[in-house]
Amino acid sequence: MSKDSQGPLWEVFVQKKSGQPFVHCGNLHAYDKEMALQNARDLYTRRGEGMALWVVPSSAIVSSSPEDMGSFFEPANDKIYRHPTFYQIPDGVGHM
Amino acid sequence: MGVINFEELFESKLAKNDIIEPKDWMPDNYRKHLIRQISQHAHSEIVGMLPEGNWITRAPSLRAKLVLLAKVQDEGGHGLYLYTAAESLGTSRDEMLDALLTGKAKYSSIFNYPTLTWADVGAVGWLVDGAAIMNQVMLQRTSYGPYARAMVRICKEESFHQRQGYEIMTHLAFGTPAQKEMAQDALNRWWYPTLMMFGPPDVESPNSENAIKWRIKRETNDELRQRFVNQTMPQITYLGLTAPDKNLKWNEAKNGYDFSEPDWTEFKAVIKGNGPCNKERLASRNKSHSEGAWVREAATAYAKKQNEKYEAA
Repeated sequence: MSKDSQGPLWEVFVQKKSGQPFVHCGNLHAYDKEMALQNARDLYTRRGEGMALWVVPSSAIVSSSPEDMGSFFEPANDKIYRHPTFYQIPDGVGHM
Repeated sequence: MGVINFEELFESKLAKNDIIEPKDWMPDNYRKHLIRQISQHAHSEIVGMLPEGNWITRAPSLRAKLVLLAKVQDEGGHGLYLYTAAESLGTSRDEMLDALLTGKAKYSSIFNYPTLTWADVGAVGWLVDGAAIMNQVMLQRTSYGPYARAMVRICKEESFHQRQGYEIMTHLAFGTPAQKEMAQDALNRWWYPTLMMFGPPDVESPNSENAIKWRIKRETNDELRQRFVNQTMPQITYLGLTAPDKNLKWNEAKNGYDFSEPDWTEFKAVIKGNGPCNKERLASRNKSHSEGAWVREAATAYAKKQNEKYEAA
């Protein structure tokens, strides 16, 4: 942890329209959750960019590391039967 | 699987125009170069609030005041986007602020010039933000992900800044003779400092070579400066004003304008801290930082108390 006097770092996620997924848009410093939410509103939605916000302490984010990117995602590479294009649909059965 | 050669991986990503992310391996000098450039960029946004903030209470109409407030608020936001982009490289907000407040860090030389009249607010939006946009549009494709993403948001917001500045200039240029004179005077004073914003000529620019090699920058200082002059000339002509440069003329052969270089001795002096407003700008930032200390302390104490309550429950 850095001894930053600006408060801890938070990640901000914005939902553009109701029904859409929350998308990461950036981060900010704030001392507590209320302030993080208000700062996120002031910093990332000044022009109607969203109608809902999540703020998450950056320290709570767990991420994959780029070094083992290859082996980590490898299990998906040989499973082409997970894609619809793997299967043949007989002519004449219509849309499926 | 063999041992990964990180340097080769980094080079191959750059060659493929891939983006470098915070957790990727990167050479120390790439990291240092970015921390320097992004933090200077952030400081420029924050110090850039001062010359315009100077006019908020004196804006000539309520509309002008609302617009200027919104613009200055945007600049503050841009500074915050950029600070966190720099933090993703391993520096802290406190370190950067300390470097700014003690005068160790640089920021754009342009903000050490004074805004003497309302026309200066127009000229800053039109020329200074215009020049900044030219640089920032290029930086949207910079090789470091968090910097590029911050630039995309900033560019979206900046185009309003330039237009509001030009609107102020049109009102003055088509107003009374005194107003037009005020607009011309602002153009005279801001023209060369704006050309300096693109940095020293390519032959003398110490950081350019690495910046291009690492795809941090994709165009050189001189290329951007030339494009700015080409783009701005018709806007000056429309206003019925004249750029303060007798050598400025269209050159058919290079499909661009010939123009005089700014005074690079002045540029160096301003960068070194001897511009008209360097001391004032730093004093304002320091005053604001120390007057805000109680807010940071109170917020820290409150957050600590809330956490203790939460943990006790």
